[in-house]
Amino acid sequence: MGTELDKEYYKKERKADWRDKLRKEIKSKDRTKGVRVHMPEADPNVRNRSNIEVNKGLTLEMAMSESSRCLDCAVPTCISGCPVGTNIPKFVKYIEKGDILGAAKVLKENNSLPAICGRVCPQEIQCEAQCVYVQKLSKEGSAIGYLERFAADYERESGNSSIPELAEFNGIKMAVIGSGPAGLTVAGELAKFGYDVTVFEALHDLGGVLKYGIPEFRLPKDIVDFEINTIKQMGVKFVTNFIVGKTATIDDLKEEGYKAFFIASGAGLPNFMNIPGENFNGIQSANEFLTRVNLMNGGDVDFDTPVHTGKNVVIVGGGNTAMDSVRTAKRMGAERAIIVYRRSQEEMPARTEEIKHAIEEGIEFMNLTSPIEYFADENGMVNKMRVQKMQLGEPDASGRRRPEVIEGSEHDIDVDSVVIAVGVSPNPIIQQSMPELETTKWNTIEVDDNMMTSVPGLFAGGDIVRGGATVILAMGDGRNAAKGMHNYIEKTILAEV
Amino acid sequence: MFKIIKKEFLSENVARLIIEAPYIAKSRKAGNFIILRIDKNGERIPLTIADANIENGTITVIAQRVGVTSHKLCDMNSGDTILDVVGPLGTATHIANVGTVLCAGGGVGVAPLFPIVQAMKLAGNKVITVIAARNKDLVILEDEMREYSDELIIMTDDGSLGEKGLVTLGMEKVIQREKVNEAVVIGPAVMMKFAALTTKKYDIPTVASLNTIMVDGTGMCGACRVSVGGKTEFVCVSGPEFDAHQVNFDEMLSRLNAYKDKEANGYSDYLKSLESVLN
Repeated sequence: MGTELDKEYYKKERKADWRDKLRKEIKSKDRTKGVRVHMPEADPNVRNRSNIEVNKGLTLEMAMSESSRCLDCAVPTCISGCPVGTNIPKFVKYIEKGDILGAAKVLKENNSLPAICGRVCPQEIQCEAQCVYVQKLSKEGSAIGYLERFAADYERESGNSSIPELAEFNGIKMAVIGSGPAGLTVAGELAKFGYDVTVFEALHDLGGVLKYGIPEFRLPKDIVDFEINTIKQMGVKFVTNFIVGKTATIDDLKEEGYKAFFIASGAGLPNFMNIPGENFNGIQSANEFLTRVNLMNGGDVDFDTPVHTGKNVVIVGGGNTAMDSVRTAKRMGAERAIIVYRRSQEEMPARTEEIKHAIEEGIEFMNLTSPIEYFADENGMVNKMRVQKMQLGEPDASGRRRPEVIEGSEHDIDVDSVVIAVGVSPNPIIQQSMPELETTKWNTIEVDDNMMTSVPGLFAGGDIVRGGATVILAMGDGRNAAKGMHNYIEKTILAEV
Repeated sequence: MFKIIKKEFLSENVARLIIEAPYIAKSRKAGNFIILRIDKNGERIPLTIADANIENGTITVIAQRVGVTSHKLCDMNSGDTILDVVGPLGTATHIANVGTVLCAGGGVGVAPLFPIVQAMKLAGNKVITVIAARNKDLVILEDEMREYSDELIIMTDDGSLGEKGLVTLGMEKVIQREKVNEAVVIGPAVMMKFAALTTKKYDIPTVASLNTIMVDGTGMCGACRVSVGGKTEFVCVSGPEFDAHQVNFDEMLSRLNAYKDKEANGYSDYLKSLESVLN
């Protein structure tokens, strides 16, 4: 991330009088003596029985103290670790100064969803991993994620939420397909350029994976709604229950005057392992389990949607979705909520924090274990799974050590519910409706450097391009695509005027 | 919000609803379905689009009281609104002029069969339709089917209308009498299983439309998965129609009962709550 132009800009801003003054107030040597703040958390044995948010957020004192650890480096390497290029030192220094609303404004310059990113971004492998503390001083990085969340929450709770500055309204219609993180980001950025933006969402509720996927205890829905509301206040229109490619095609929307499109339909096609017995009742995808609970309020007596869970629940997989599923199963009353993962904890793709929280909450881990078959009772309801032990061999294409079967290690586990969280594939609906759209062998959509597909005026980003990735990478795509779409309009429509 | 323009009962527990949904009316094809959610606490249920009127911007769905949502839906009236309707979903029926098409529908499965009968007829096929129900009060869409069929055969379990016997009996009579090029079977899973076995005996290419459990209807959850030719398929995006001779109907029957206990409890609680309001 970051062009030469951006670097000049960051440098210039760092030289602002207030930043210079603030830097001199405490010697760098003294700043480095500080210890990284600990995020206050809800009691594991209370939170694993409820939906309360696990991370409680920093206090003002904690945030200001943590912000003073930041050295406001001449070369802010942290920014290079941020997929949306947030001006990290600037917002952190606003916090140190005590101007929290100012910090929130800085976040919104580059990021329409700071309260969300502050909660779900894997900062430990992005900005915080690039922090000088980690890179040069062998210390824990500046707690950038906690501070981001703090500033965004402070602004929201203050009732003085700001709306980013918008260019003059130009009336040019732009369509965004999908209201997940990529779609919301594009919508916000296009609104800033002055466009007339409409977001089309297939489900009845907005937010995509932020609503159906990530559980309340990690990302409260009210916060997602608040961030979406800010985008609405920027003039973006939202249409729910509208599947582009089904309800209307891209061509239909062109006839309605839309000039460019952004496809962010997500990785909504769950993978299964195709092993015997996988279609027995009580075995479901993580998408199904989480959607029934998060989107449909399954398990709440006031809602009509049923959800299957049990006393002995196994979740197959080791990513964030697996952690979300296993912790949800625990909260729904599972006595044993077990992760079955074919590699070791070290190779788990889930965030370190999620694994730590899961362990605290009493989740069992059966690592180096892989399912081979399921068995069911006379009603077709799963009651047993057969697994085998694995060991790690030589590294594979992903760089992780390849799991190999230990012969003769098969054994059975009693289960009454199984959730499969072994990844997702791109949603096929748009591709099916547009055969001219070039796709990869994984059925993701091909895009160029400007995020434009093989069809002029049609852009794409997020998981529909990447397969299964993260919220922040989807948002990074959104920012790049918005620039690409703006350039496209300038070269085509505006050039003709 | 989607407004109900008209509601009428086709039989005691089966209602036809005409709903304002102009985009869906325009885009839908035979074989497509919608997903609806009545209110904010409701579940999402799939229903086949039985008919549509582009000029009026309406679609027709037919619902049978089997659970909380379908019961609530049958109790709604013209002027009421449904919170969410999305579609048209699924892959449309492959319609071609193949010669003679045998269309067989059982129970409320006659509703999703109707648009296919209509499209097959308009494509120039000779259409022979067999519709079946337990008794004459449960026979639906008789006039509509007659209008688009070269021949309509009605089967009832008790012989109170048409011929006495199961749908397969009516189908077999036609097959033995004349050359059938293709068959379409829609109804309860058990009926489709036996209808498919009947046509398989005579090597007639047969399509079944599957009514599995769904949540989103866009491929996201996999609740609707079925085995077709030994391979797992998602009914919502690859279906709802599949080669009936390849579908594992026993597995589908079992999966349809996945939430049976929870839904039966929910339904009896709901019916009790209705009674307590009335009393």
